[in-house]
Amino acid sequence: MIPVYVASDCIITSLGFSSKENFEHLKAGVIGLTKTGKISVSSTPYYTSHIDFDLVESRFKEIAQSSAAYTNLEKLAILSISESLSLSNLNIKGEDTLLILSTTKGNIDVMQNELYTLFGKHRLYLWESARWIKDFFKMTNTPVVISNACISGVLAIILGSRMIRSGQIKNVVITGVDILSKFVVSGFHSFQALSPNPCRPFDISRDGLNLGEGCGTIILTSDEKTIADSNPILIGEGYSGNDANHISGPSRTGEGLYLCIKQIVDNALTTGKTIDYISSHGTATLYNDEMESIALTRAGLAHVPVNSYKGYWGHTLGAAGVIESIAGIHSIKNNLLIQSAGYTKSGVSQAINVIEKTEEKKLNTCLKIASGFGGCNAGVLFHKR
Amino acid sequence: MNKQLYITGICKISDNNISLNGKSVFSNPKQIPVNEFLKNGYRDFKTQYPKFFKMDSICKLGFLTVEILLGGNPSIKAYPSELVGVVLSNSSSSLNTDIDFYETIKDTENYFPSPAVFVYTLPNIIIGEICIRHKFKGENVFFVSEQFDPNILFNTIQNIFAFTNIQCVITGWVELLNTHYDSFLCTIERINNDEETVNNDIFDIENLSNIYLK
Repeated sequence: MIPVYVASDCIITSLGFSSKENFEHLKAGVIGLTKTGKISVSSTPYYTSHIDFDLVESRFKEIAQSSAAYTNLEKLAILSISESLSLSNLNIKGEDTLLILSTTKGNIDVMQNELYTLFGKHRLYLWESARWIKDFFKMTNTPVVISNACISGVLAIILGSRMIRSGQIKNVVITGVDILSKFVVSGFHSFQALSPNPCRPFDISRDGLNLGEGCGTIILTSDEKTIADSNPILIGEGYSGNDANHISGPSRTGEGLYLCIKQIVDNALTTGKTIDYISSHGTATLYNDEMESIALTRAGLAHVPVNSYKGYWGHTLGAAGVIESIAGIHSIKNNLLIQSAGYTKSGVSQAINVIEKTEEKKLNTCLKIASGFGGCNAGVLFHKR
Repeated sequence: MNKQLYITGICKISDNNISLNGKSVFSNPKQIPVNEFLKNGYRDFKTQYPKFFKMDSICKLGFLTVEILLGGNPSIKAYPSELVGVVLSNSSSSLNTDIDFYETIKDTENYFPSPAVFVYTLPNIIIGEICIRHKFKGENVFFVSEQFDPNILFNTIQNIFAFTNIQCVITGWVELLNTHYDSFLCTIERINNDEETVNNDIFDIENLSNIYLK
């Protein structure tokens, strides 16, 4: 079987512009959420997590001749790919490299008058955005776009790693990105899903999610020469599945997520691996967190340390699966369990092991899980060599 | 495990015409708007599923295509629900409903966003509606590409059969934006050469591409 390595990665959120900067902030317990930031759709306040776009602009100008041609979303994607490239030996222009873009809404902000005039209708197409990113790096292959709600990022990692494992391609650059817009904030607000407080995944007092902006890139490869890192993490099994229950609410039995996790656990057993740590979806809505606690318990993982990063940088939609996988990867590399921000007392029916304090622990594997609208679920395992 | 993958059933809806396994089974005059045509198609196939009328147009299109596809190949229903996957694609994602939702939020004076509309502003809701209807719990993927891309569907589905226990994948293209629409869905199964099937094209990029264009 062809191995699939993580060659390098980058996280861009309110907490910083690299995986290192973000992980240092997670380690120190820094929260990136602020009260009603740049997008206001209601008189009631809600917390969101924003990227500093002045900084994006100045960083982008360091690597690009012109910044006016690119949307905010594309600039984030390009910056994160550029940072990831600087940490690996990948020749991104090669014909054995594919870009997979994971996004739920892409350039949806371009619907707004002033941006519509600037960029035009065409830029609303997700593949058009992907093409601008591909052309920036002069990549050979037509990029692939995955838009599968909040599991998009995890799904991109699963599909990319399968392509490498089957020998279809050698290197896959996976970029997950979504930004905040009036469109997205209004939608979640209409669902009454937004918390007026910093969100509290799995906690008794949790009362909704916080939206966040985020971008993550992870470079996968089968070629050890592409990797600069002396001790790279590998990608194991991953699966997706559907609840077949409801389009906007998770299954009460955690069916779809359970089916994904069960296959990973069964496979891990046959290869002598244990699940040491879980990076959950943990949006802090009543139903999601309850569903995850049930799915994890059904799969026999109630005892495994679990956290959610949503209490640090909010729910970043199409970026979430990528950046929360990267945070999980850095956790196992550093043998460090990161405290689940916002959690003090359990508010889910199953006794799962939510991480209450950041602490060192020998970790060999990390399971990343995600769930989303449309009843979709996904899970993927990361492990040490 | 050595069984070959076949395209075992095909349903296409475009230009107000529905064809199943290459034969036209329903049509309306071209001037009938797509929404009317989809409702007429739904009624003609005697489907009983009131949730159909709550769906946005693109979900109606995807839903109806699968109804008719499976109507012509009922053996799919015999697979355990967790062993059937759905891998779809289109060009405009959920843009048709995005435009509708944006209309409800663009003016602060006239601001009335609806969660019932917002939920349809994701393309994979089409997959969700299909999975709920038929209780499919297997792999899910939604790709967005400029044009129908048989390469990515073929590679993805090959890998699904290679790395999971999935026994059947429903795949293809469900596109709808304003007045333009077309859908093409087929069932991919692993079967023996001597088994009888409605359609028996070998699952490869060329056949997938030819059937879409036909």
